[in-house]
Amino acid sequence: MLRFECFLASLFMLCGMTLADAAEPLTLPSDLVELEQARVAAVQRAMPSTVCVFVPGGGGGGSGVLISPDGYALTNFHVTSPAGTFMRCGLSDGRVYDAVLVGLDPVGDLAMIKLLGRDDFPVATMADSLEARAGDWCMVIGNPFLLATNLQPTVTWGMLSGVGRYQYPSGTLLEYADCLQTDASINPGNSGGPIYNSKGELLGIVGRCSFEKRGRVNVGVGYAISINQAKNFLGYLRSGRIIDHATLGATVSTDSDGSVVVSNVLESSDAYRRGLRFDSEILEIDGRVVTSANDVQNILGTLPSGWRVEVAFRESGKTVRVPIRLMGVHRRDELLSKMESALPPPPPVPDEPEDSKDGDENAEGETKPGEKDKPDDAPKSPKPTAHGHGDIPDAAAELIVDRKGYANYHFNQVQQDRVMKLLRDQAPFSDSDLSQKKQRWQIKGSSGTGDPVVVDVADEDLALTIAGTRMTAANPSELFEAVDQDAVGGILAAFDAWRKIVELGPEQFGETYYHGTMPLAGQRPLRDCLIGLYGGMEIRWLLHPETGVLECIEVFADRDSDPAELWIHQQDENVYHVELKYGLELKLSLLIEQWDQKEAATP
Amino acid sequence: MIRFAVILAMATLIATGSAVAQDNDVAISRSVQQRIAKVYGAGGVRGLEAYQSGFVVSPEGHIATVWSYVLDVEPIVVLDDGRRFESKIIGIEPSLELAILKIEASELPYFEVGKELKATWGDPVLAASNLFNIAAGNESASLMQGVISGITNLDARRGVFKTPYRGKVMVLDLIANNPGAAGGAVVDSGGQLVGMLGKELRDANTGVWLNYAIPIDALRKAIGDIIAGRATTAPPDDTPVLPRDRSHNLTTLGLVLVPDILESTPVFVDTVKKESAAAKADLRPDDLILLLNGARVGDQKTFTELLRRIDRRDAVSLTIQRDSEVLPVRLVP
Repeated sequence: MLRFECFLASLFMLCGMTLADAAEPLTLPSDLVELEQARVAAVQRAMPSTVCVFVPGGGGGGSGVLISPDGYALTNFHVTSPAGTFMRCGLSDGRVYDAVLVGLDPVGDLAMIKLLGRDDFPVATMADSLEARAGDWCMVIGNPFLLATNLQPTVTWGMLSGVGRYQYPSGTLLEYADCLQTDASINPGNSGGPIYNSKGELLGIVGRCSFEKRGRVNVGVGYAISINQAKNFLGYLRSGRIIDHATLGATVSTDSDGSVVVSNVLESSDAYRRGLRFDSEILEIDGRVVTSANDVQNILGTLPSGWRVEVAFRESGKTVRVPIRLMGVHRRDELLSKMESALPPPPPVPDEPEDSKDGDENAEGETKPGEKDKPDDAPKSPKPTAHGHGDIPDAAAELIVDRKGYANYHFNQVQQDRVMKLLRDQAPFSDSDLSQKKQRWQIKGSSGTGDPVVVDVADEDLALTIAGTRMTAANPSELFEAVDQDAVGGILAAFDAWRKIVELGPEQFGETYYHGTMPLAGQRPLRDCLIGLYGGMEIRWLLHPETGVLECIEVFADRDSDPAELWIHQQDENVYHVELKYGLELKLSLLIEQWDQKEAATP
Repeated sequence: MIRFAVILAMATLIATGSAVAQDNDVAISRSVQQRIAKVYGAGGVRGLEAYQSGFVVSPEGHIATVWSYVLDVEPIVVLDDGRRFESKIIGIEPSLELAILKIEASELPYFEVGKELKATWGDPVLAASNLFNIAAGNESASLMQGVISGITNLDARRGVFKTPYRGKVMVLDLIANNPGAAGGAVVDSGGQLVGMLGKELRDANTGVWLNYAIPIDALRKAIGDIIAGRATTAPPDDTPVLPRDRSHNLTTLGLVLVPDILESTPVFVDTVKKESAAAKADLRPDDLILLLNGARVGDQKTFTELLRRIDRRDAVSLTIQRDSEVLPVRLVP
C-alpha cells in the first residue's frame, strides 16, 4: 500500500512533467527524494520484526511484533485465544516458526508469545509513546484479512488521529486506556500487530477498531495499545501468568473548578493508609500529571495490579508524595472466569486426520522450516485438541506446562530458576557450600540509636535481642502476628523467609512463583519480584534488574495492612545495613558488624 | 504547471519523514483541534447518535455545525479545552444543512471563513471531528488525513442521496463521514478551513457510503449573514402579540398539524383544508415546516405562538422540508 502511494505520487508528477515538457528528463526535488527515502527506510527497518500469526488448523490468526532476539513477541489476547498455547508465526524472511504462548493480559488485550528456533530474531525498536502527538505520521504493518499467505506483511500508512484515548470496557473485561487512535487502515487480522512512527519505531500494539454499521472493515478509526503500557507489563507477561490491571481503591471525579478529587476511598486500601481521603485532590500518578478524572483512569489502566507507584495528592492543605500499592481490578477467580467466558469456542476439529489433506494448512505458507523437526510418525494426541490436526511439535510441547491461573507455567519456572540462582549467588551466601544446606545465622550490629542488636535465625531458634531484651518467635504464627501488628519482630519473618528459600529452594519453601517486574517503593527501574507463601504470609523478594542484587524483602501478613519491608543495603558482596519499615515508617535500622552463617547441627 | 505544484504539495505531505515537516504538521493539527467543538443534543435512541461536531467561526463563540435532529434541543457545546457551554441556535439554513450556535465565550481560536480559497481535487486535507464520540471530556477531536478526490454536484442523480443540499460537494478519499463526524472541519495543508463534513449519506442504489464535505465557499455567505444578524432565525422578541381575532392561526391558513402530544412536537402537516391558503400554496401532508417568516420553528408551540404575531391579512412565508427537498412556500390569505 505504501509503495503504491509512493508510486502514485511519482506517477502524478511524471504526468505533470510530461505535460509541461515531455523532452526533459524527470528530476525530483531533493527534499522530496529524501522524504521518500526516509519513509522507505522506516518501512524496511520496521518490517522484519513484524510477525504474522496463524492458528494451526486455520482457526484464525493475526499479527504480532518481536521484541527480543530470543523470540519473545507481543500480540493480542484475542489473537492467541483461539490458538491456546501453540501457534505458527511467519516473518517477512519467508520462514514459519513455531511459537508458544507465554503470558496473558486479558484486560489489556495483550499476550506474549515466544517464537522458537533462533536467538537472533530481528527486534523492533521501542519508541516513547508519550511523545506521540495527534497529527504524527504513522504506519501499521501486519496481516490484515490474513492476507500474508506469502508471509509478506501489509503496510498501511496514516496519521495518529488522537492520543491518550480511553475506550470503555467492551463486554466485561477488555479496557483500552491511554491508547492511540489512527486512521491508518486497520482491519481484522491486523490485531496484535505493530504500529510504528514515521521513523519505524514501535509506538504500540494494534488492538481494536470502531466498526458499527459499515461491517467489519476499516472505517478510519483504529486503536492501538500504547507501547508504554506494554512496557509496564513485559515483566508480568514473561512470568507466564494471567495478569490483572490496577486500581487505586478509590474513585475520583472532576470538580467544577477542574481539580480531580476523591469521591470514595476503600478503607482497606493502601491509598487510605497513606492518607488519601474523601475530597483529597489528586495531582500526579506515577510521574504523570492528572487534570481530569479521565486521566486517572487512563493512567491506572496502563498499570499492572500489585504495582506500587508514586502518587502526589493534596489533603488538608498539604501536598504529599507517597508510594501507594495498587489493587487488582478483579479478584483472582473472577478474572479467570471472566476470561473463560471471553474465550471463543474451540474451532471445529476436522474429521480428516491426515495433515496433507487439510486445505487450511496451505493457507499458512509453503515453506515451513519450523516443522522440519517434527517427526512424521509423531504419536497422535489421544483426544482432539483445539489445533484440530497434528500434534504440537516436541520442541514446543516441552515449553508448555498447563496450570490453573497461568497462561503457561513453564515460563514461570524459567524465571523462578533465574531469580533463585541470583538469590543463591549473592551475599550473604557467597559461600556456595552452605546454600541449600540447613543454616543458622547470627547477625550482630547496632541500632540507629546505638543499642546493640543480635538477630538469631535458625529453625527452632528465632530471636531478636535489642539492648539485652530478647524477643523470640516459636512458630510462623507468631511471626505472622508480629508483622500484622507492625512490630519490630517482623524483621525475623523477613530474615527467616530469606534463609529458608535459599536453603529449601522454591519447591519445598511453599507455593512460590515469579511475579514479574515492579517498581521498588514507586521508583524505577522495575525490579524482579519472586513471591513465596510461608506460614500464612506472602513474602516478596525484590531484586535489581541489572545487578541482580536483593534490595528488599516484603512480608505481608494481612492483605489489608502494611507489610514488613526489610530494606537490604549491600556493598561489595556484603550486607552492611538493613532497615525494617512498615508503610513509610522506619521501625528499626540495623548497622551490621558481623554476619555468621554456619551449617546447622543436625539433631 | 499549477497542477504540478498542487500535486507536489500533496506528495510532500504524503512522503513526510523529516522532523521539520513533521513538527509543522503537528502544529497545524493542534491548531485545527483547538477550533473544533463537540456538540451534544437530542438523540441517543434507535441508532441516532446524540452528538455531532462543529467548529468555531468567530472569537465570540459562534459555532458552525450541521443542522440535524441533534439540535432539536438547545445543544451543549464542549470546546477543545474541555469547557462546557449551553448554546443557543441563532440561525439555520436548511437548504445547506447548516446551523450556527452561539455560546457565551470570548477570545476563542476560530477559523476565518471570509477568505476565498481555491481548494481543488488532489489537494491534501485534514478532517477533524468527534466521530464516534471518541474524544470524551477534554480530549481533543480526532484527526484524519487524505485528499480531495473530486468536486462535484450530488443532485446529478437526484434522489440517490437523501439530502436537501443541492450545491457542489468535495468528495474525500478518507473515511471521514462517520457517526458524529457531521459538522467537523476539513482544512487544507496550511490549516485553512475549506469545508464542513456533511451528514452520513449512503447511495440508495449501491449502498455505498459517501465521504464528502460541503465546500466553505457554499457556506460562507450564510455563515456571515447569520453571524452579522442579517439572517437570524431566532424568533423576533419585539413583535407584539395581536388579539386572537386579528392574528393568524392554523385555521386561517387551512392547516391541520399532527397531534401535539410531545413536549416539542415537530411541525408536520397532517392535512390541508381545501381551497385554503395552504392548499393554494400546494402544502401537502407530511411536509415539515422549518421556518416561519425566517424564524425557526422547532415545535408546534413555537409555530402557533409566532402566528399570533402576524396580522391575518398578511401573507406568510414558510420554509418546508418535503422528503429530502427544502422548499420555500408563500401562503397568501
